Amino acid sequence: MKIVACIKRVPVTETQPKIDASGTAMESSGVEHMLSFYDELGVEEALVTKEKHGGEVTVLTLGPKEASKEVRECLAKGADQGVILADADWNQRDCRATAKALAAKIGELGADLVFTGWVATDRDNAAVGPMVATYLDYACVTNVIELSIDGTTGTAKRESEAGIETYTFSLPAVITCQKGLNEPRRAGLKGIMAAKKKAVEEVPFEEVANQAEVVGLSLPPARSEGRIVGEGADAVPALIEALRNEAQVL
Amino acid sequence: MSKIVVYVEQNEGKPSTASLEALGAAHATGSEVVAALSGPGAEAAAGGLGAHGAAHAVVVPAEQHSPDQVARDLASIVTDQGAKAFVATATSTSRDVAPRVAAHLDCALFSDCTKLEASGDSFQVSRPMLAGKLVSEQKTNGPVLCATLRRNVFNPVTTDGTCEVATADSSGPGKVVLSKIEAKPGGKLDVSEAPVVVSGGRGLKEPENFKLIEDLADAFGNAAVGASRAVVDLGWRPHGEQVGQTGKTVSPQLYVAVCISGAIQHLAGMKTSKVIVAINKDADAPIFKIADYGIVGDAHEVVPALTEAVKAIRAQG
Repeated sequence: MKIVACIKRVPVTETQPKIDASGTAMESSGVEHMLSFYDELGVEEALVTKEKHGGEVTVLTLGPKEASKEVRECLAKGADQGVILADADWNQRDCRATAKALAAKIGELGADLVFTGWVATDRDNAAVGPMVATYLDYACVTNVIELSIDGTTGTAKRESEAGIETYTFSLPAVITCQKGLNEPRRAGLKGIMAAKKKAVEEVPFEEVANQAEVVGLSLPPARSEGRIVGEGADAVPALIEALRNEAQVL
Repeated sequence: MSKIVVYVEQNEGKPSTASLEALGAAHATGSEVVAALSGPGAEAAAGGLGAHGAAHAVVVPAEQHSPDQVARDLASIVTDQGAKAFVATATSTSRDVAPRVAAHLDCALFSDCTKLEASGDSFQVSRPMLAGKLVSEQKTNGPVLCATLRRNVFNPVTTDGTCEVATADSSGPGKVVLSKIEAKPGGKLDVSEAPVVVSGGRGLKEPENFKLIEDLADAFGNAAVGASRAVVDLGWRPHGEQVGQTGKTVSPQLYVAVCISGAIQHLAGMKTSKVIVAINKDADAPIFKIADYGIVGDAHEVVPALTEAVKAIRAQG
């Protein structure tokens, strides 16, 4: 089985962003990066699927050359090879351009299964996975918390406001991964050494122009400082009073 | 006047409240609003949408929910209508469908927007990024603006209009088919849509102590239980309850944080709540910096007292 795990390099979760001089982009200097949390679940599911059904796992990203750090992390866990669609402007690339570039490469690789996080923790857009599937005419289940693959068909569960939904589909398919699907493994020393010898191909990103244009970027308004209404259970009446008459939410 | 197509989710003939918010947002731009619905009961749900801002409704019959089928049908409606925008609510269901619609139209998608404005044929949105640590104003240079709109941000409208309902043919079966739904026990509200959220953190010490949180949520009646990342990682609570950057982003009317210290990643997920109450025994906990009201004290004493007080108010009516 040909399996692709799409990953993204994103600012670390603790980042306190600043806005750069252009006013439309985040200041990039001093920002540390990591593999987007949900993509880690995608990589894990790709490896689990390979272990069960055989095949090979390619890790694919659209990013800067420096994303080889995140790609090698995935190779150290057991993925077989990496491909970086090298794009100096990766930070500004919109979901459509990203999805088209990834879809073109995935089509070329002839993937049976594509895994990625349900959302990347920088843009929070949750669009690329299902867009890739649509461009490729693949099946797609998003926000998956349970998956089983049987030959060329699959069953996936996702959580919606209504409850837990079960979907059936046929391969090829894109699965976007939600917390609960698996517990990502850690790379061992042996894996880290082996990853150094694995191939990471760098392919230039073929320019797809953005449609999304950022016209302004701001920090959200700070919440005005509240107040401590009191200590212990004795403070409950004062809290109730404030919620009813001041905030009017009770 | 430009046209907006709004995907309206419905269940057995009843439109979802979240989708009515999206209709309200579309109506507020001054554009002509076309509601698009799918599935069993769609026709019944469409009839009443004139009272919520829709000028027209297009219904696509379907026996089962299939997100790729719905998306293809919606994209056809957008094209047929010559609409300049497609919007949907940002529920799990609509966020599953909307990116596929955008790809069919070969357009970018703007997810979970908190503002939607139109001037002529041109639309502008605001959307939070990095779990709300940044707010981005964006527009599209593509042919159709495709967006999903955050829950609890836009208001439904009530108008005295009526809407004409037309039926469109479906493009045929989808690749992904919903075969089963296991409803939440007791019709419990999801943390991302409840008007009141009561969340607990590691300061509760034992998973059993979440009973305090559940009791307070029950007392409110319209509340969901939330949890910090720490307690979800410890396995005390299910993943679906996690609030924060690697969990759900919530904007309820009232957010009550119990024994949650206030890590950046948690604050990012709940900072846009209308009113925040923090209960924590550490007076220096960062959560107090963003809470509107705080009580310093032991949850075992404060929370049951609060639960009783809320019950008493609700009993008064």
